[in-house]
Amino acid sequence: MDFFEKISQLDRRWVYLFLAVVVVIAFLTKFDVPVTITSEVKSIYDRIESLNEGDKILIAFDYDPNALAELHPMSFAILEHCQRRGVKVIGVTLSQYGAGMAENILRTASGTYAEKIDRFRAYNDQMYDKTNDSRYRDKSYKKDWEYGLDYCFLGYKPYPALVILGMGQNFRLYFPQDYYNTPLGELDIMQGVRNYDDIKLAIDVTAGNTADFWLIYGNGRYGVPLALGLTGVMGADYYQYLQSGQIFGLIGGWKGAAEYEELVGRDEGKAKEGMPAQVVAHLTIILFIVLGNLGYFLSDRRKQSTAGQA
Amino acid sequence: MQETFILPFLWLTLGAILTLFTFSFLYKDNPLYKFAEHLVVGVSAGYFVVLLFWTSLKPKLIDTVFYNFSNEWFYILPGILGILMWFRFSRKLAWVSRYPIAVYIGIGSGLAIPLNMQNFVNRQLSATMIPVGFGNWTDFWNIFIVIGVICGVIYFFFSKEHKGAFGAMAKVGIWVLMIGFGASFGFTVMARISLFVNRISFLIEDWLEIVTGSI
Repeated sequence: MDFFEKISQLDRRWVYLFLAVVVVIAFLTKFDVPVTITSEVKSIYDRIESLNEGDKILIAFDYDPNALAELHPMSFAILEHCQRRGVKVIGVTLSQYGAGMAENILRTASGTYAEKIDRFRAYNDQMYDKTNDSRYRDKSYKKDWEYGLDYCFLGYKPYPALVILGMGQNFRLYFPQDYYNTPLGELDIMQGVRNYDDIKLAIDVTAGNTADFWLIYGNGRYGVPLALGLTGVMGADYYQYLQSGQIFGLIGGWKGAAEYEELVGRDEGKAKEGMPAQVVAHLTIILFIVLGNLGYFLSDRRKQSTAGQA
Repeated sequence: MQETFILPFLWLTLGAILTLFTFSFLYKDNPLYKFAEHLVVGVSAGYFVVLLFWTSLKPKLIDTVFYNFSNEWFYILPGILGILMWFRFSRKLAWVSRYPIAVYIGIGSGLAIPLNMQNFVNRQLSATMIPVGFGNWTDFWNIFIVIGVICGVIYFFFSKEHKGAFGAMAKVGIWVLMIGFGASFGFTVMARISLFVNRISFLIEDWLEIVTGSI
């Protein structure tokens, strides 16, 4: 039995072990991987950049803890961008285990007052140096990202299709109160917000079929400008909606999240941190695919020649 | 060890143990993995029952029917339909549960079918009717979209034998599908590695840090 035959019959557990070792080494060594920005991610960034301070957007955090690893980084990056632009965020979740995810991310992203000031100043300094664009706000940051004023969390309600349709009529239909039982009328951010007409866009960060519901009911029925943040597994299935114009942007898995982190200059982002491991994992899998196929074809050819001789 | 340190330490350690239990499946199926799996299923089911009660049953049915009956009495109708659903557990009266199922399917179909057709079929069809040519890159790449869609659809047309030009187009359709599956596979690898890296990050940066800090 030669090398290629052995490789093609290798116990899968050796593959797992090898993959685990290279991923851990890549994760610990933390080398830099250049992140190329794709147009589908850039279009979301550009759309949020084009918003005015005080504009309101809806973000649906429709994922469970099992997708936290993939979707939290992009949620953080989008929220960071909204904070920097002064865009107000109405958070909601249509995933049954998503309330904890959404609350965790909104609370963490809101951070402390001092942290926010530092981050805003760093960002504004950087952007002023780079672009000298008058759209960027004054260097002295005005206020903290405050609950009820700059962002809110409506909570969870079951049956996503009906909730999306209901919010198209009136947010108060399904969410008379927010997650903390505060009537929406008492939240400053919800003043003048009745339905999708009063928000600039919606972003669905999702690990399930709520993306379809947002496409059909949010965009299809009410015409809300929609972007999707998806897990890697779902990514390839939703590109056709980008081409058809049903969504204006798409962030797919860690690669998409890393691109958004790069765009907002979020150096401590988890997705960018994990890109070296992604690169070596993909290379390892490509290597095993090549070796496995070589082994298969060579042993197949040998069998054919042996049969021909017989 | 400080008091405030103990609780996070215990939770993190529990998370680390369950992570290792789950990874043990990669070697082979075993009782430790089974324990972790059953724990997830049990906790998820329990959490969802409580969540459904507080986010749906209580505010939408109990509160409205018992405290605001005069204004929102009609909420009792879905409540009754919901109760009828429980008749499925009786062999003799299981037929009663067909009424709420019929209402549910009727509403669901009415909502879904027209909008599904519009958004998943019609809009995708119109997105294929695009300018093609060699004038610019967009028009050039549009050629691939049009050819890919036509050949992909032909592959699933089984009323005519896949021979000659028709067969060649079906073969192109297979290649288009394979490229799609390849892209999905690449994305899936990325997804799985993301989950693995996150767990490694948890074990090394969160758990190991707190363990070594405690020694």
